[in-house]
Amino acid sequence: MGSYVPSTQQERRRMLDTIGVSTIDDLYCQVPKEVKLQNLNLPQGKSELEVRSCMEALAQKNMQFTSIFRGAGAYHHYIPAIVKSVTSKEEFVTAYTPYQAEISQGVLQSIFEFQTMISQLTGLDAANASIYDGASAAAEAAAMCRDRKRQKVLVSEAVNPGVLSTIRTYCEGANTPLEVVPVNDGVTDKQALSQMLDETVSCFYMEYPNFYGQIEDATDLGELVHQAGAKFIMGCHPIAISLLKCPGECGADIAVGEGQPLGMPLAFGGPYLGFMTCTQAMVRRLPGRIVGETVDLQGKRAYVLTLQAREQHIRREKASSNVCSNQALCAMTASVYMAAMGSAGMRQTAKLCMSKASYAAGELCSIPGISQKFKGPYFNEFVTRCPSSQNILCALEEKGILGGLPLDEESILWCVTEMNSKKQIDQMVEIVREAVK
Amino acid sequence: MKLIFERSQEGRGCSILPACDVPEVDCSPEISRKAPLHLPQIAEVDISRHYTELMKQTHGVNDGFYPLGSCTMKYNPKINEEIAALPGFSKIHPLQPSHTAQGCLEVLGLAEKYLCEITGMDHMTFQPAAGAHGEFTGLLLIKAYHKSRGDTARTKIIVPDSAHGTNPASAVMAGFTVVNIPSGEDGCVDLEKLRQAVGEDTAGLMLTNPNTVGIFDKNILEITKTVHDAGGLNYYDGANLNAVMGVVRPGDMGFDVVHLNLHKTFSTPHGGGPGSGPVGCKELLSAFLPSGHVSCEEDGTYGFDAPSPRSIGSVKNFYGNFLVVVKALTYILTLGREGIKEAAQNAVLNANYLMARLSDLYDMPYAGPCMHEFVMSLEPLKKEKGVTAMDIAKALLDHGIHPPTMYFPLIVHEALMAEPTETESIDTLDGAAQTFREIYQQALDNPQSLHDAPVSTPVRRLDEVGAARNPKPTYSF
Repeated sequence: MGSYVPSTQQERRRMLDTIGVSTIDDLYCQVPKEVKLQNLNLPQGKSELEVRSCMEALAQKNMQFTSIFRGAGAYHHYIPAIVKSVTSKEEFVTAYTPYQAEISQGVLQSIFEFQTMISQLTGLDAANASIYDGASAAAEAAAMCRDRKRQKVLVSEAVNPGVLSTIRTYCEGANTPLEVVPVNDGVTDKQALSQMLDETVSCFYMEYPNFYGQIEDATDLGELVHQAGAKFIMGCHPIAISLLKCPGECGADIAVGEGQPLGMPLAFGGPYLGFMTCTQAMVRRLPGRIVGETVDLQGKRAYVLTLQAREQHIRREKASSNVCSNQALCAMTASVYMAAMGSAGMRQTAKLCMSKASYAAGELCSIPGISQKFKGPYFNEFVTRCPSSQNILCALEEKGILGGLPLDEESILWCVTEMNSKKQIDQMVEIVREAVK
Repeated sequence: MKLIFERSQEGRGCSILPACDVPEVDCSPEISRKAPLHLPQIAEVDISRHYTELMKQTHGVNDGFYPLGSCTMKYNPKINEEIAALPGFSKIHPLQPSHTAQGCLEVLGLAEKYLCEITGMDHMTFQPAAGAHGEFTGLLLIKAYHKSRGDTARTKIIVPDSAHGTNPASAVMAGFTVVNIPSGEDGCVDLEKLRQAVGEDTAGLMLTNPNTVGIFDKNILEITKTVHDAGGLNYYDGANLNAVMGVVRPGDMGFDVVHLNLHKTFSTPHGGGPGSGPVGCKELLSAFLPSGHVSCEEDGTYGFDAPSPRSIGSVKNFYGNFLVVVKALTYILTLGREGIKEAAQNAVLNANYLMARLSDLYDMPYAGPCMHEFVMSLEPLKKEKGVTAMDIAKALLDHGIHPPTMYFPLIVHEALMAEPTETESIDTLDGAAQTFREIYQQALDNPQSLHDAPVSTPVRRLDEVGAARNPKPTYSF
């Protein structure tokens, strides 16, 4: 049996004597007898060696694809070696929320650096220390915009379905109305949006690039939203906005996103990282932890959790959110990734994604019967019309390739990143060509 | 300490990616970024050294005793990390077809089975990423349940004043009104006050048991029955489950829904996050669980339940912090049925031992036995010598001990809440007790020296008021 309890039987005896009871069970005297558990129906404990083989066997039941052309919210990017090396340091792994700033300057400074990098990336003034993931960040962003007069949340239909579902759940929780703005040719229907923007709308959320990979004219949509007196929230792919007009340039009030592409593995969906940034005007409405610069009593520069008057441990039911942690280790992962890549490396990654996606789309559409579904510019994802999506995906799977995400029987959402070499793309296209013959 | 931006030099960097092997595409000028992008330009060696310096200014469980009450800072076993890093887990796409992700689904299925057994629940969702996220999810289940019965007048959640601040904040996020009830003198729920508070508008009660003063509420069965009789449901905040796992189960105490903190009770590292806050529920709430619930066919293949039209939806994308669940499952398999109980028992033993070693000096507002944590009050010392809980905490920093939770729960003045956990040896506890005692003596002899503490840390006490008045959350280039 494995155990991480260091004390020996003799030591336990000594401790009981000091306490003045005869058995450990005496310490549970307040637990009603009728509900005390006799036996836990779990397997017997195992040695480390046994547990390792058990868990390795589970891992082996999964299929690891040799090339991946699927994104849809989880992206396969290269993770530089320095990222894992830094974030495996045990001090970082085993620390907690830096309540005691004097012995937590390392963590606090790393969060301050993260906030700065994210603010740079999005072109907005302030960032929080991160939140659970991109979807919950979007839902929290919508909650930041509510006031007494303006409650309604508008969300483009062209956003990730998991994100939409999360915003909807949060809105239903707070009894906030939500309406979905329809999509037209793969992008938000601008006319419908302008009709739906009435004086009860608090905010509009769109994604950039959107779920179908399309790069929408965010500036244009943002102007419409602002004319109606509502707030404009953009959900962004963090690598894309190193190359594309950033949320700050598009007039966003709040930018959020899924930070997973910044050095986090696919990991069957988590842990990932939600980032949140906003304009100076909204900083006191940001949920979650925020680290700020200050000085110690000797005037030395230092960092501390700040603006805590917003938070649940002080405000309780009047808090702006219940969030009381951040994804600190994931935020550090993103920081090390961005430091290793630098702005040139981020742009290079973005360009590789865009060029390879364009090449793959061109090659796929050279196959009779396959065509691109939408005509607008795209980044690393695009949708094709094709005869039978299931046939195509099965043929790819047989060769160890994870094809795009089937949206329906006749369309597939493909994703191409710097991880897909030309050779991989050509091989994938050939298999598809055979499959649709 | 230099910021990473202050180490940046134009032209430096790392070489990570290959040249483009397909025709390059540029984005058109009208959609191109023109804003500057200040990310560090820095060589790998300097990134490595920068973070090594930051590491040296960070205190984790690995660095020393960390008795932070209600946070269960137990040792994080190394095998957990190695297992979670297996490519067979870390390289799996969340939207792979189910038949190619059977191992991941089985991990979720097994973790659900074992954690339901430990909590006495019927089903579990792993989607919530943290304890507070789990609270929000569990409360939405309660809301959906009442709504499904047309019982729309149930809009109030009862929360004792000893509760974690997340409880009332989560209740409001889920659209409820909060009814605070005061605790009795023994720190437990005041049954009379509870009886007065429940009624036809009661949606439920949120309770932490053992509670935040470290006491197991002996009236627990009466409490949950009172709420049930009024038509409400009982929510168990699993923050303190470490004291009772394997000893007594929330499901047997009358609770209908529970959240766990895998990063506390089940040994996965806190890291300030990522955590994991799975929510377990009784059968009556199962139809409302979030999307992505794993099912197991009779032939042993795993898949996902068909989406329930009554589901609350999603609280995040995909299925939760999967790799954290992998670590927790590794831990449960290691400990097994005997080890789980042994961990709880020793957590309680250690807390009582440390309490006994201190109770002649430090004021213990609630008599023992305690569960996994106990609360001290520095109120008498403050009156006598002007030394506060904060002063004691800061003095501990000079001795390499992470202080207990300060100023919580709110019902105790000048509170310090200590939770040693089961993974500390008697040597560590004796050493810590000695330090606490010396600091107490120092408070009597030289109070000023405690106001000045800490003196040996990389920075001294900070100007928190200034930081909040003129917030500076980013570096100015």
